[in-house]
Amino acid sequence: MFDIKQYEKAESVKDAVRLLSENPNAKLISGGTDVLIRLREGHSEYSELVDIHDLEEIKGVSYTDTGDIEICAATTFTEVVDSEIINDVLPVLALASGTVGGPQVRNVATIGGNLCNGAVSADSLASLCVLDALLITESAEGEREIPIIDFYLGPGQVVLGQTEILKSIRICLDNYAGYGTHYYKYAMRNAMDIATIGCAAAVKMDDGKIETLKISFTVAAPKPIRAKTAEEFAVGLEPTEENIKKIAKQVMNDVTPRDSWRASKDFRLHIIETLAERVIKHAAEDAGGES
Amino acid sequence: MITREISFILNGSEMCIDVDVRMSLLDVLRNEGFNSIKQGCGVGECGACTALVDGVPYDTCVYLAVWADGKEIRTVEGESRNGELSKVQRAYIDAGAVQCGYCTPGFIMTTTAFVEKHKGKDIDRELIRKEHAGNLCRCTGYEMIICAVESCMKDS
Ligand SMILES: Cc1cc2nc3c(=O)[nH]c(=O)nc-3n(C[C@H](O)[C@H](O)[C@H](O)COP(=O)(O)OP(=O)(O)OC[C@H]3O[C@@H](n4cnc5c(N)ncnc54)[C@H](O)[C@@H]3O)c2cc1C
Ligand code: FES
Ligand code: FES
Repeated sequence: MFDIKQYEKAESVKDAVRLLSENPNAKLISGGTDVLIRLREGHSEYSELVDIHDLEEIKGVSYTDTGDIEICAATTFTEVVDSEIINDVLPVLALASGTVGGPQVRNVATIGGNLCNGAVSADSLASLCVLDALLITESAEGEREIPIIDFYLGPGQVVLGQTEILKSIRICLDNYAGYGTHYYKYAMRNAMDIATIGCAAAVKMDDGKIETLKISFTVAAPKPIRAKTAEEFAVGLEPTEENIKKIAKQVMNDVTPRDSWRASKDFRLHIIETLAERVIKHAAEDAGGES
Repeated sequence: MITREISFILNGSEMCIDVDVRMSLLDVLRNEGFNSIKQGCGVGECGACTALVDGVPYDTCVYLAVWADGKEIRTVEGESRNGELSKVQRAYIDAGAVQCGYCTPGFIMTTTAFVEKHKGKDIDRELIRKEHAGNLCRCTGYEMIICAVESCMKDS
Protein backbone atom coordinates (compact mmCIF):
# COMPACT_ATOMS: atom_id res chain seq x y z
CA MET A 1 0.00 0.00 0.00
CA PHE A 2 1.06 3.55 -0.60
CA ASP A 3 1.33 5.84 2.39
CA ILE A 4 -1.41 8.25 1.27
CA LYS A 5 -2.86 10.31 4.14
CA GLN A 6 -5.13 12.68 2.22
CA TYR A 7 -6.78 12.09 -1.12
CA GLU A 8 -9.03 14.30 -3.22
CA LYS A 9 -10.12 13.72 -6.80
CA ALA A 10 -10.29 16.94 -8.84
CA GLU A 11 -13.19 17.28 -11.29
CA SER A 12 -11.57 20.06 -13.31
CA VAL A 13 -8.49 22.29 -13.43
CA LYS A 14 -10.36 24.96 -11.40
CA ASP A 15 -11.33 22.33 -8.86
CA ALA A 16 -7.70 21.17 -8.61
CA VAL A 17 -6.52 24.76 -8.05
CA ARG A 18 -9.11 25.10 -5.28
CA LEU A 19 -8.09 21.82 -3.62
CA LEU A 20 -4.41 22.82 -3.74
CA SER A 21 -5.27 26.23 -2.24
CA GLU A 22 -7.13 24.59 0.63
CA ASN A 23 -4.25 22.32 1.56
CA PRO A 24 -0.70 23.72 1.37
CA ASN A 25 0.76 20.21 1.77
CA ALA A 26 -1.15 18.76 -1.18
CA LYS A 27 0.61 17.69 -4.37
CA LEU A 28 -0.77 16.70 -7.75
CA ILE A 29 -0.78 13.17 -9.09
CA SER A 30 -1.40 12.60 -12.79
CA GLY A 31 0.02 9.39 -14.31
CA GLY A 32 1.67 8.61 -10.98
CA THR A 33 4.81 7.04 -12.45
CA ASP A 34 7.02 9.42 -10.52
CA VAL A 35 4.75 10.12 -7.53
CA LEU A 36 3.90 6.48 -6.75
CA ILE A 37 7.57 5.47 -7.04
CA ARG A 38 8.45 8.26 -4.62
CA LEU A 39 5.76 6.99 -2.21
CA ARG A 40 7.02 3.43 -2.62
CA GLU A 41 10.48 4.66 -1.64
CA GLY A 42 8.98 6.10 1.53
CA HIS A 43 9.14 9.82 0.74
CA SER A 44 6.40 11.55 2.67
CA GLU A 45 6.17 14.76 0.60
CA TYR A 46 3.59 13.07 -1.61
CA SER A 47 1.33 11.71 1.13
CA GLU A 48 -1.41 14.29 0.50
CA LEU A 49 -2.68 14.10 -3.05
CA VAL A 50 -4.94 15.96 -5.44
CA ASP A 51 -5.71 13.54 -8.24
CA ILE A 52 -5.90 14.81 -11.84
CA HIS A 53 -5.49 11.36 -13.38
CA ASP A 54 -7.18 11.10 -16.78
CA LEU A 55 -8.75 14.56 -16.46
CA GLU A 56 -10.45 14.94 -19.86
CA GLU A 57 -10.13 18.75 -19.81
CA ILE A 58 -6.35 18.53 -20.12
CA LYS A 59 -5.96 15.60 -22.52
CA GLY A 60 -5.30 15.58 -26.24
CA VAL A 61 -3.35 17.30 -29.00
CA SER A 62 -4.84 19.93 -31.31
CA TYR A 63 -4.13 22.84 -33.67
CA THR A 64 -5.05 26.38 -32.60
CA ASP A 65 -6.61 28.86 -35.10
CA THR A 66 -3.16 30.28 -35.78
CA GLY A 67 -1.54 26.92 -36.58
CA ASP A 68 0.18 26.49 -33.24
CA ILE A 69 0.10 23.05 -31.60
CA GLU A 70 -1.46 22.64 -28.17
CA ILE A 71 -0.46 19.50 -26.28
CA CYS A 72 -2.51 19.14 -23.12
CA ALA A 73 -0.54 18.25 -19.99
CA ALA A 74 -2.35 15.02 -19.10
CA THR A 75 -1.78 13.48 -22.54
CA THR A 76 0.10 10.19 -22.11
CA PHE A 77 3.28 9.39 -24.01
CA THR A 78 1.46 6.63 -25.92
CA GLU A 79 -1.12 9.21 -27.01
CA VAL A 80 1.69 11.56 -28.08
CA VAL A 81 3.43 8.78 -30.05
CA ASP A 82 0.14 7.78 -31.73
CA SER A 83 -1.04 11.36 -32.43
CA GLU A 84 -1.41 12.14 -36.12
CA ILE A 85 -0.64 15.83 -35.57
CA ILE A 86 2.55 15.08 -33.64
CA ASN A 87 3.73 12.61 -36.28
CA ASP A 88 2.94 15.06 -39.07
CA VAL A 89 4.55 18.21 -37.74
CA LEU A 90 6.50 17.42 -34.53
CA PRO A 91 8.10 14.06 -35.38
CA VAL A 92 10.99 14.80 -33.01
CA LEU A 93 8.57 14.77 -30.08
CA ALA A 94 7.10 11.44 -31.21
CA LEU A 95 10.63 10.06 -31.43
CA ALA A 96 11.56 11.32 -27.96
CA SER A 97 8.28 10.18 -26.38
CA GLY A 98 8.79 6.68 -27.75
CA THR A 99 12.03 6.36 -25.77
CA VAL A 100 10.32 6.80 -22.37
CA GLY A 101 10.35 3.66 -20.20
CA GLY A 102 8.46 0.72 -21.66
CA PRO A 103 4.96 0.48 -23.13
CA GLN A 104 3.18 0.09 -19.80
CA VAL A 105 4.89 3.23 -18.50
CA ARG A 106 4.13 5.21 -21.68
CA ASN A 107 0.47 4.16 -21.43
CA VAL A 108 0.05 6.05 -18.17
CA ALA A 109 2.96 8.54 -17.86
CA THR A 110 1.97 12.04 -18.98
CA ILE A 111 4.03 14.60 -20.82
CA GLY A 112 3.04 17.24 -18.25
CA GLY A 113 4.18 15.05 -15.36
CA ASN A 114 7.47 14.49 -17.18
CA LEU A 115 8.18 18.24 -17.17
CA CYS A 116 6.75 19.10 -13.74
CA ASN A 117 8.68 16.31 -12.06
CA GLY A 118 11.79 18.36 -12.78
CA ALA A 119 14.16 15.49 -13.62
CA VAL A 120 16.94 16.74 -15.85
CA SER A 121 16.86 13.41 -17.69
CA ALA A 122 13.20 13.80 -18.75
CA ASP A 123 12.94 12.53 -22.31
CA SER A 124 10.45 15.07 -23.64
CA LEU A 125 12.64 17.94 -22.52
CA ALA A 126 15.38 18.36 -25.15
CA SER A 127 12.88 18.28 -28.04
CA LEU A 128 10.57 20.76 -26.34
CA CYS A 129 13.57 23.06 -25.76
CA VAL A 130 14.50 23.18 -29.47
CA LEU A 131 10.82 23.74 -30.29
CA ASP A 132 10.82 26.70 -27.85
CA ALA A 133 7.73 25.32 -26.14
CA LEU A 134 5.56 27.61 -24.03
CA LEU A 135 4.07 26.15 -20.88
CA ILE A 136 0.58 27.38 -20.05
CA THR A 137 -0.33 27.18 -16.38
CA GLU A 138 -3.20 28.09 -14.10
CA SER A 139 -3.04 28.86 -10.40
CA ALA A 140 -4.94 30.78 -7.74
CA GLU A 141 -3.22 33.90 -9.19
CA GLY A 142 -4.50 33.22 -12.71
CA GLU A 143 -2.95 32.00 -15.95
CA ARG A 144 0.59 32.48 -17.19
CA GLU A 145 2.91 31.38 -20.00
CA ILE A 146 6.42 30.19 -19.20
CA PRO A 147 9.11 29.58 -21.84
CA ILE A 148 10.40 26.06 -21.25
CA ILE A 149 13.99 27.17 -20.81
CA ASP A 150 12.90 29.31 -17.81
CA PHE A 151 10.84 26.50 -16.27
CA TYR A 152 13.73 24.71 -14.56
CA LEU A 153 15.52 26.04 -11.51
CA GLY A 154 17.78 23.05 -10.90
CA PRO A 155 17.61 19.28 -10.46
CA GLY A 156 14.08 18.36 -9.38
CA GLN A 157 13.05 22.00 -9.14
CA VAL A 158 10.66 23.89 -11.39
CA VAL A 159 9.12 27.35 -11.10
CA LEU A 160 5.57 26.14 -10.39
CA GLY A 161 3.85 27.63 -7.34
CA GLN A 162 1.94 25.51 -4.82
CA THR A 163 -1.45 25.99 -6.52
CA GLU A 164 -0.12 26.07 -10.09
CA ILE A 165 -1.11 23.45 -12.63
CA LEU A 166 0.46 22.91 -16.02
CA LYS A 167 -2.44 22.88 -18.47
CA SER A 168 -0.77 22.62 -21.83
CA ILE A 169 2.38 22.87 -23.86
CA ARG A 170 2.21 25.16 -26.87
CA ILE A 171 4.48 24.98 -29.90
CA CYS A 172 4.16 28.05 -32.12
CA LEU A 173 3.95 27.63 -35.89
CA ASP A 174 7.16 29.66 -36.41
CA ASN A 175 9.06 27.27 -34.19
CA TYR A 176 8.24 24.09 -36.09
CA ALA A 177 7.42 25.00 -39.69
CA GLY A 178 10.37 24.56 -42.03
CA TYR A 179 12.68 22.88 -39.51
CA GLY A 180 14.36 19.51 -39.81
CA THR A 181 14.72 17.81 -36.43
CA HIS A 182 16.24 14.86 -34.60
CA TYR A 183 16.55 13.44 -31.07
CA TYR A 184 18.94 10.89 -29.67
CA LYS A 185 18.81 9.40 -26.22
CA TYR A 186 22.02 7.82 -25.05
CA ALA A 187 21.33 5.28 -22.32
CA MET A 188 22.98 2.09 -21.12
CA ARG A 189 20.06 0.01 -22.36
CA ASN A 190 17.75 0.51 -25.33
CA ALA A 191 14.61 0.33 -23.21
CA MET A 192 13.56 0.96 -19.62
CA ASP A 193 16.52 3.17 -18.86
CA ILE A 194 16.88 6.86 -18.22
CA ALA A 195 19.09 9.01 -20.40
CA THR A 196 22.80 9.37 -19.72
CA ILE A 197 22.62 12.26 -22.19
CA GLY A 198 19.73 13.43 -24.36
CA CYS A 199 20.23 15.65 -27.40
CA ALA A 200 17.74 17.28 -29.77
CA ALA A 201 18.34 19.63 -32.67
CA ALA A 202 16.24 21.65 -35.09
CA VAL A 203 17.77 23.02 -38.27
CA LYS A 204 16.40 25.44 -40.84
CA MET A 205 18.24 25.60 -44.15
CA ASP A 206 18.55 28.45 -46.64
CA ASP A 207 20.15 27.86 -50.00
CA GLY A 208 22.28 24.97 -48.78
CA LYS A 209 23.45 26.79 -45.66
CA ILE A 210 22.30 26.58 -42.06
CA GLU A 211 20.02 29.55 -41.42
CA THR A 212 19.10 28.53 -37.87
CA LEU A 213 20.37 25.80 -35.55
CA LYS A 214 18.73 25.04 -32.24
CA ILE A 215 20.41 22.38 -30.16
CA SER A 216 19.55 21.26 -26.66
CA PHE A 217 21.00 18.80 -24.16
CA THR A 218 19.68 17.12 -21.06
CA VAL A 219 21.83 15.73 -18.24
CA ALA A 220 24.65 17.90 -19.64
CA ALA A 221 24.19 20.54 -16.90
CA PRO A 222 22.04 20.95 -13.76
CA LYS A 223 19.24 22.22 -16.01
CA PRO A 224 18.26 21.49 -19.60
CA ILE A 225 20.29 23.80 -21.81
CA ARG A 226 20.46 25.24 -25.29
CA ALA A 227 24.03 25.32 -26.65
CA LYS A 228 23.98 29.00 -27.64
CA THR A 229 27.65 29.29 -28.66
CA ALA A 230 27.26 26.42 -31.10
CA GLU A 231 23.94 27.79 -32.37
CA GLU A 232 25.51 31.17 -33.23
CA PHE A 233 28.63 29.59 -34.70
CA ALA A 234 26.55 27.43 -37.07
CA VAL A 235 24.73 30.26 -38.84
CA GLY A 236 25.69 30.48 -42.51
CA LEU A 237 27.70 27.25 -42.56
CA GLU A 238 27.09 24.44 -44.99
CA PRO A 239 26.31 21.25 -43.09
CA THR A 240 29.40 19.40 -44.32
CA GLU A 241 30.96 16.72 -42.16
CA GLU A 242 33.86 19.01 -41.35
CA ASN A 243 31.62 21.94 -40.38
CA ILE A 244 29.39 19.75 -38.26
CA LYS A 245 32.48 18.56 -36.35
CA LYS A 246 33.43 22.20 -35.74
CA ILE A 247 29.93 23.05 -34.52
CA ALA A 248 29.98 20.03 -32.20
CA LYS A 249 33.30 21.29 -30.69
CA GLN A 250 31.60 24.62 -29.91
CA VAL A 251 28.99 22.77 -27.86
CA MET A 252 31.71 22.11 -25.27
CA ASN A 253 31.54 25.81 -24.30
CA ASP A 254 27.95 25.46 -23.19
CA VAL A 255 27.82 22.23 -21.18
CA THR A 256 28.81 21.37 -17.61
CA PRO A 257 28.12 17.67 -17.06
CA ARG A 258 28.87 16.01 -13.73
CA ASP A 259 30.31 12.75 -12.50
CA SER A 260 27.75 10.24 -11.30
CA TRP A 261 27.48 6.48 -10.86
CA ARG A 262 25.81 6.38 -14.27
CA ALA A 263 28.70 7.96 -16.16
CA SER A 264 31.83 10.00 -15.52
CA LYS A 265 32.13 13.61 -16.58
CA ASP A 266 34.71 12.77 -19.27
CA PHE A 267 32.53 10.04 -20.71
CA ARG A 268 29.56 12.41 -20.75
CA LEU A 269 31.62 15.06 -22.59
CA HIS A 270 32.57 12.46 -25.17
CA ILE A 271 28.93 11.44 -25.65
CA ILE A 272 27.83 15.07 -25.88
CA GLU A 273 30.21 15.78 -28.74
CA THR A 274 29.35 12.55 -30.56
CA LEU A 275 25.61 13.10 -30.18
CA ALA A 276 25.91 16.72 -31.30
CA GLU A 277 27.50 15.59 -34.57
CA ARG A 278 25.00 12.82 -35.14
CA VAL A 279 21.91 14.82 -34.26
CA ILE A 280 22.87 17.94 -36.25
CA LYS A 281 23.66 15.77 -39.28
CA HIS A 282 20.27 14.04 -39.15
CA ALA A 283 18.40 17.29 -38.51
CA ALA A 284 20.14 19.01 -41.43
CA GLU A 285 19.33 16.06 -43.71
CA ASP A 286 15.75 16.16 -42.50
CA ALA A 287 15.67 19.89 -43.36
CA GLY A 288 16.77 19.05 -46.88
CA GLY A 289 20.48 19.91 -46.59
CA GLU A 290 23.20 17.60 -47.88
CA SER A 291 25.86 16.50 -45.46
CA MET B 1 -8.66 5.03 6.43
CA ILE B 2 -10.04 6.76 3.35
CA THR B 3 -12.16 4.58 1.11
CA ARG B 4 -13.98 5.02 -2.17
CA GLU B 5 -16.64 2.89 -3.77
CA ILE B 6 -15.59 1.82 -7.25
CA SER B 7 -17.26 -0.35 -9.85
CA PHE B 8 -15.61 -2.02 -12.77
CA ILE B 9 -15.89 -5.05 -14.99
CA LEU B 10 -13.35 -7.73 -14.21
CA ASN B 11 -12.97 -10.47 -16.81
CA GLY B 12 -16.57 -9.90 -17.89
CA SER B 13 -18.15 -9.78 -14.40
CA GLU B 14 -19.36 -6.60 -12.76
CA MET B 15 -17.75 -5.77 -9.44
CA CYS B 16 -18.56 -3.07 -6.95
CA ILE B 17 -16.25 -2.75 -3.98
CA ASP B 18 -15.01 -0.28 -1.38
CA VAL B 19 -11.31 0.27 -1.78
CA ASP B 20 -8.78 1.93 0.47
CA VAL B 21 -7.31 4.83 -1.55
CA ARG B 22 -3.83 3.66 -0.56
CA MET B 23 -4.23 0.45 -2.53
CA SER B 24 -2.80 -0.25 -5.95
CA LEU B 25 -4.86 -2.14 -8.50
CA LEU B 26 -2.41 -5.00 -7.91
CA ASP B 27 -3.38 -5.11 -4.20
CA VAL B 28 -7.09 -5.20 -5.07
CA LEU B 29 -6.81 -7.85 -7.78
CA ARG B 30 -4.72 -10.15 -5.60
CA ASN B 31 -7.06 -9.62 -2.63
CA GLU B 32 -9.92 -10.69 -4.89
CA GLY B 33 -8.03 -13.88 -5.67
CA PHE B 34 -6.65 -13.01 -9.07
CA ASN B 35 -3.21 -14.37 -8.33
CA SER B 36 -1.99 -14.34 -11.92
CA ILE B 37 -1.06 -10.76 -11.09
CA LYS B 38 2.48 -11.01 -9.69
CA GLN B 39 4.37 -8.42 -7.72
CA GLY B 40 7.89 -8.58 -9.06
CA CYS B 41 9.46 -5.20 -8.50
CA GLY B 42 6.53 -3.06 -7.32
CA VAL B 43 7.93 -0.03 -9.15
CA GLY B 44 6.92 -0.36 -12.80
CA GLU B 45 10.10 -2.04 -14.04
CA CYS B 46 9.21 -5.69 -14.66
CA GLY B 47 5.65 -6.01 -16.01
CA ALA B 48 4.82 -9.12 -13.94
CA CYS B 49 1.75 -7.25 -12.67
CA THR B 50 0.41 -6.30 -16.13
CA ALA B 51 -3.37 -6.24 -16.62
CA LEU B 52 -5.41 -4.69 -19.41
CA VAL B 53 -7.50 -1.66 -18.53
CA ASP B 54 -9.90 -0.88 -21.37
CA GLY B 55 -7.68 -3.01 -23.59
CA VAL B 56 -4.42 -1.22 -22.72
CA PRO B 57 -1.62 -2.85 -20.69
CA TYR B 58 -0.70 -1.18 -17.40
CA ASP B 59 1.61 -2.08 -14.55
CA THR B 60 -1.00 -2.53 -11.82
CA CYS B 61 1.60 -2.06 -9.06
CA VAL B 62 1.87 1.65 -9.96
CA TYR B 63 -1.80 2.19 -10.78
CA LEU B 64 -4.11 3.38 -8.02
CA ALA B 65 -7.08 1.09 -7.47
CA VAL B 66 -9.46 4.08 -7.48
CA TRP B 67 -8.49 4.74 -11.12
CA ALA B 68 -10.17 1.46 -12.10
CA ASP B 69 -13.61 2.98 -11.46
CA GLY B 70 -15.78 2.56 -14.56
CA LYS B 71 -13.13 0.57 -16.45
CA GLU B 72 -13.02 -2.87 -17.95
CA ILE B 73 -10.18 -4.97 -16.59
CA ARG B 74 -8.75 -8.18 -17.97
CA THR B 75 -6.31 -10.58 -16.32
CA VAL B 76 -5.07 -13.91 -17.61
CA GLU B 77 -7.72 -15.73 -15.54
CA GLY B 78 -10.33 -14.48 -18.00
CA GLU B 79 -8.53 -15.32 -21.21
CA SER B 80 -9.53 -18.95 -21.70
CA ARG B 81 -13.03 -19.71 -22.98
CA ASN B 82 -14.93 -22.88 -22.00
CA GLY B 83 -11.72 -24.56 -20.94
CA GLU B 84 -9.92 -23.58 -24.17
CA LEU B 85 -6.80 -21.51 -23.90
CA SER B 86 -6.67 -18.23 -25.81
CA LYS B 87 -4.67 -18.10 -29.02
CA VAL B 88 -1.90 -16.19 -27.25
CA GLN B 89 -1.73 -18.66 -24.36
CA ARG B 90 -1.60 -21.56 -26.81
CA ALA B 91 1.15 -19.85 -28.83
CA TYR B 92 3.33 -19.40 -25.70
CA ILE B 93 3.04 -23.10 -24.91
CA ASP B 94 3.66 -24.21 -28.48
CA ALA B 95 6.72 -21.97 -28.81
CA GLY B 96 8.20 -23.16 -25.50
CA ALA B 97 8.04 -19.59 -24.19
CA VAL B 98 7.25 -20.59 -20.60
CA GLN B 99 9.85 -21.77 -18.11
CA CYS B 100 9.36 -20.83 -14.44
CA GLY B 101 6.20 -18.98 -15.46
CA TYR B 102 6.47 -16.04 -13.11
CA CYS B 103 6.58 -13.50 -15.94
CA THR B 104 4.10 -15.36 -18.13
CA PRO B 105 0.71 -13.89 -17.12
CA GLY B 106 2.08 -10.37 -17.57
CA PHE B 107 3.61 -11.24 -20.92
CA ILE B 108 0.39 -12.92 -22.10
CA MET B 109 -1.58 -9.74 -21.35
CA THR B 110 0.97 -7.51 -23.10
CA THR B 111 0.93 -9.78 -26.15
CA THR B 112 -2.87 -9.97 -26.11
CA ALA B 113 -3.09 -6.17 -26.30
CA PHE B 114 -0.30 -6.09 -28.91
CA VAL B 115 -2.08 -8.59 -31.17
CA GLU B 116 -5.38 -6.71 -30.83
CA LYS B 117 -3.72 -3.33 -31.59
CA HIS B 118 -1.67 -4.50 -34.58
CA LYS B 119 -4.08 -7.02 -36.11
CA GLY B 120 -3.67 -7.20 -39.89
CA LYS B 121 -0.63 -4.86 -39.91
CA ASP B 122 2.84 -5.72 -41.09
CA ILE B 123 5.00 -5.95 -37.99
CA ASP B 124 8.64 -6.84 -37.49
CA ARG B 125 10.58 -8.34 -34.60
CA GLU B 126 11.93 -4.91 -33.67
CA LEU B 127 8.39 -3.66 -32.97
CA ILE B 128 7.60 -6.83 -31.02
CA ARG B 129 10.70 -6.26 -28.89
CA LYS B 130 9.92 -2.58 -28.36
CA GLU B 131 6.32 -3.25 -27.34
CA HIS B 132 7.36 -6.03 -24.93
CA ALA B 133 10.25 -4.08 -23.42
CA GLY B 134 8.22 -3.43 -20.25
CA ASN B 135 8.13 -7.14 -19.38
CA LEU B 136 11.18 -8.86 -17.94
CA CYS B 137 11.89 -12.57 -18.16
CA ARG B 138 14.81 -14.12 -16.27
CA CYS B 139 14.51 -17.57 -17.83
CA THR B 140 13.78 -17.78 -21.53
CA GLY B 141 16.15 -15.27 -23.09
CA TYR B 142 13.09 -13.82 -24.89
CA GLU B 143 13.69 -15.58 -28.21
CA MET B 144 10.83 -18.06 -27.77
CA ILE B 145 8.55 -15.32 -26.49
CA ILE B 146 9.14 -13.31 -29.65
CA CYS B 147 8.49 -16.42 -31.74
CA ALA B 148 5.20 -16.91 -29.86
CA VAL B 149 4.13 -13.32 -30.60
CA GLU B 150 5.13 -13.71 -34.24
CA SER B 151 3.06 -16.84 -34.59
CA CYS B 152 0.01 -15.04 -33.10
CA MET B 153 0.43 -12.29 -35.70
CA LYS B 154 0.66 -14.84 -38.50
CA ASP B 155 -2.71 -16.37 -37.81
CA SER B 156 -4.50 -13.16 -36.77
C1 LIG C 1 9.77 2.09 -14.82
C2 LIG C 1 9.85 3.54 -15.15
C3 LIG C 1 10.60 3.96 -16.24
C4 LIG C 1 10.69 5.32 -16.56
N1 LIG C 1 11.41 5.68 -17.66
C5 LIG C 1 11.51 6.99 -18.02
C6 LIG C 1 12.23 7.38 -19.18
O1 LIG C 1 12.80 6.55 -19.90
N2 LIG C 1 12.29 8.69 -19.49
C7 LIG C 1 11.66 9.64 -18.74
O2 LIG C 1 11.73 10.82 -19.09
N3 LIG C 1 10.97 9.30 -17.62
C8 LIG C 1 10.88 8.01 -17.24
N4 LIG C 1 10.17 7.65 -16.11
C9 LIG C 1 9.63 8.70 -15.24
C10 LIG C 1 8.16 9.04 -15.46
O3 LIG C 1 7.47 7.98 -16.10
C11 LIG C 1 7.97 10.29 -16.29
O4 LIG C 1 8.66 11.38 -15.73
C12 LIG C 1 6.49 10.65 -16.46
O5 LIG C 1 6.34 11.43 -17.61
C13 LIG C 1 5.87 11.35 -15.28
O6 LIG C 1 4.51 11.65 -15.60
P1 LIG C 1 3.31 11.21 -14.64
O7 LIG C 1 2.07 11.69 -15.27
O8 LIG C 1 3.39 9.77 -14.34
O9 LIG C 1 3.69 12.08 -13.38
P2 LIG C 1 3.25 12.01 -11.85
O10 LIG C 1 4.03 10.97 -11.16
O11 LIG C 1 1.78 11.97 -11.73
O12 LIG C 1 3.77 13.46 -11.42
C14 LIG C 1 5.13 13.84 -11.49
C15 LIG C 1 5.32 15.23 -10.87
O13 LIG C 1 4.70 16.22 -11.66
C16 LIG C 1 3.67 16.88 -10.94
N5 LIG C 1 2.58 17.05 -11.91
C17 LIG C 1 2.03 16.08 -12.71
N6 LIG C 1 1.15 16.65 -13.57
C18 LIG C 1 1.16 17.97 -13.32
C19 LIG C 1 0.47 19.10 -13.91
N7 LIG C 1 -0.40 18.94 -14.91
N8 LIG C 1 0.72 20.33 -13.41
C20 LIG C 1 1.61 20.50 -12.39
N9 LIG C 1 2.29 19.49 -11.82
C21 LIG C 1 2.06 18.24 -12.28
C22 LIG C 1 3.35 15.99 -9.76
O14 LIG C 1 2.90 16.73 -8.67
C23 LIG C 1 4.72 15.38 -9.50
O15 LIG C 1 5.52 16.28 -8.79
C24 LIG C 1 10.04 6.29 -15.77
C25 LIG C 1 9.27 5.86 -14.68
C26 LIG C 1 9.16 4.52 -14.36
C27 LIG C 1 8.32 4.09 -13.20
S1 FES D 1 5.54 -5.57 -10.12
FE1 FES D 1 4.61 -4.11 -11.35
S2 FES D 1 6.07 -3.72 -12.84
FE2 FES D 1 7.13 -5.04 -11.52
S1 FES E 1 9.74 -17.85 -17.54
FE1 FES E 1 10.79 -17.44 -15.69
S2 FES E 1 10.83 -15.28 -15.64
FE2 FES E 1 10.04 -15.68 -17.58
